[in-house]
Amino acid sequence: MATAVPAMVDPAQGEAEERYHRAKQRAIRRRRLMPLVGAGTLLAVWAALVYGLEVPPYIAPSPLRVVETLYMRFGMLMTNLAPTAIEAISGFLLGNVVAIIIATVFVHQKTLEEAFFPMIVLINTIPVLAKAPILVLLLGNGIEPKIAIAALICFFPTLVNMVRGLESVNPQAMELMRVLSASKREVFFKLRLQNSLPYLFSALKIAASTAVIGAIVGEWIGTTVGIGALLIHAMYNFDSALLYATAIVGACFSVAFYFVITLIERLVVRWHAPPVT
Amino acid sequence: MATALAQQSPVTSAMPAVECRGIGVRFVTDRQTVNALDDISFTLKQGAFLSLLGPSGCGKSTLLRVIADLVHPTAGAISVLGGTAEAARRARALGFVFQDAALLPWRTAIENVSLPLEVGGGRKRADGPSPQELLALVGLKGRENSFPHELSGGMRQRVAIARALVSGPRILLMDEPFGALDEITRDRLNVELLRIWKETLTTVVFVTHSIYEATYLSQQVLVMGAHPGRVREIVPIDLPADRPLAIRESDAFVRIAAHLRGVLGAE
Repeated sequence: MATAVPAMVDPAQGEAEERYHRAKQRAIRRRRLMPLVGAGTLLAVWAALVYGLEVPPYIAPSPLRVVETLYMRFGMLMTNLAPTAIEAISGFLLGNVVAIIIATVFVHQKTLEEAFFPMIVLINTIPVLAKAPILVLLLGNGIEPKIAIAALICFFPTLVNMVRGLESVNPQAMELMRVLSASKREVFFKLRLQNSLPYLFSALKIAASTAVIGAIVGEWIGTTVGIGALLIHAMYNFDSALLYATAIVGACFSVAFYFVITLIERLVVRWHAPPVT
Repeated sequence: MATALAQQSPVTSAMPAVECRGIGVRFVTDRQTVNALDDISFTLKQGAFLSLLGPSGCGKSTLLRVIADLVHPTAGAISVLGGTAEAARRARALGFVFQDAALLPWRTAIENVSLPLEVGGGRKRADGPSPQELLALVGLKGRENSFPHELSGGMRQRVAIARALVSGPRILLMDEPFGALDEITRDRLNVELLRIWKETLTTVVFVTHSIYEATYLSQQVLVMGAHPGRVREIVPIDLPADRPLAIRESDAFVRIAAHLRGVLGAE
């Protein structure tokens, strides 16, 4: 089928290729530079407002003071990040594993899905802020209610996406498995599970950031350590620089978590994924 | 390789490949009851190339699925290679090629071709052709490790044909396999399909709505009418076995095509 293309000796082609590569390099440099320009502008406006309007430090800090706090109190910030990270990651693992297992059961036992899915939707409509005190009453003041909140918040999007990924198999691929007399088990492992991976990862990426939110919200109630507790503490003490620094630490952890999931996705889903909405 | 391929599907007996007697399929929905197929009867001998030709909605894909044991007839009886359609499916006597290739996007070409050997207790027959040999047969030597999204529509359909042949089927069922391809690719694949059919000695049942494709490929064309789906006429194609593409300009070809068009239009 494929025929070898004879080597071209055409000076115009080489020139066109070089021009194309130079244009591409320029586009890449622009794409990297422009967000930095945008961020720099916003920081400058922030600093100008704080200094120009002489905003007192108990209302809003200058960017410089936030950087200073990040540097001076780095150890203390990290000590508080540790429990939040443990809660978020544990909740992430727990919530997603349970969601994947329940999705698998639902796909094979339609009756169970019909009976329990409406209940799960109902529980999901309760706001996180309302679920938190309920779980604190149930599980106490320790690390458990925080993990439970993070897990609950991850659970629902993963369950919905996983069920959809396992069920939205190409009908002709399903017929193919039928012609091949494949067992239910083979259909699950060779077809459904693989098909669900892009759907699963799009849910996991959402869960990576919401798990952190869940852990932080959990720490607002009845605890003295963690990013959530530190935020509340800084607010009551009018320590705006610490408040901002804590928020930045939480955000950085969220981004790092998201990034790790994206890396794992690239390793696992190597084929061209269908568009997932 | 031709001999290795031929060994797996010997035409041993005079037993028909497919025999349908009074097949009817009725789908019941909320709004209406559809007679997809009504009183379909025909006999197909082993090694033949039969096309099912008809307008959309005439039930030709349904008939193909009855043979493949994917749809159960609500009336009549079908025998495939002397047994039930289910027995033929379980014995891996059937290969199916779908309209959109239906390759698994996470598997490379060679892994897609190997799929039938991994599921449903389908182990490789010692004397059968290997997935590599089959990819070479369909002209995809060197593309073993390409993913489906890296292949063109025509190449994907070639992989699907190789996959259907890997368990050494005695009947190859093809559901408008080239319907979504451009005409140039389609012509080329028509030529290759005839070559593959001759090399493998398989029986082929080919669904199409192209009069020219049906005429060019087939030994017989079963012309179907719609509402309800039924047999209009079974037309033998009296063309030489050796068919270059140019045969489509011959008088005999044009006459047969005109006859098929007449049968399709007779209402």
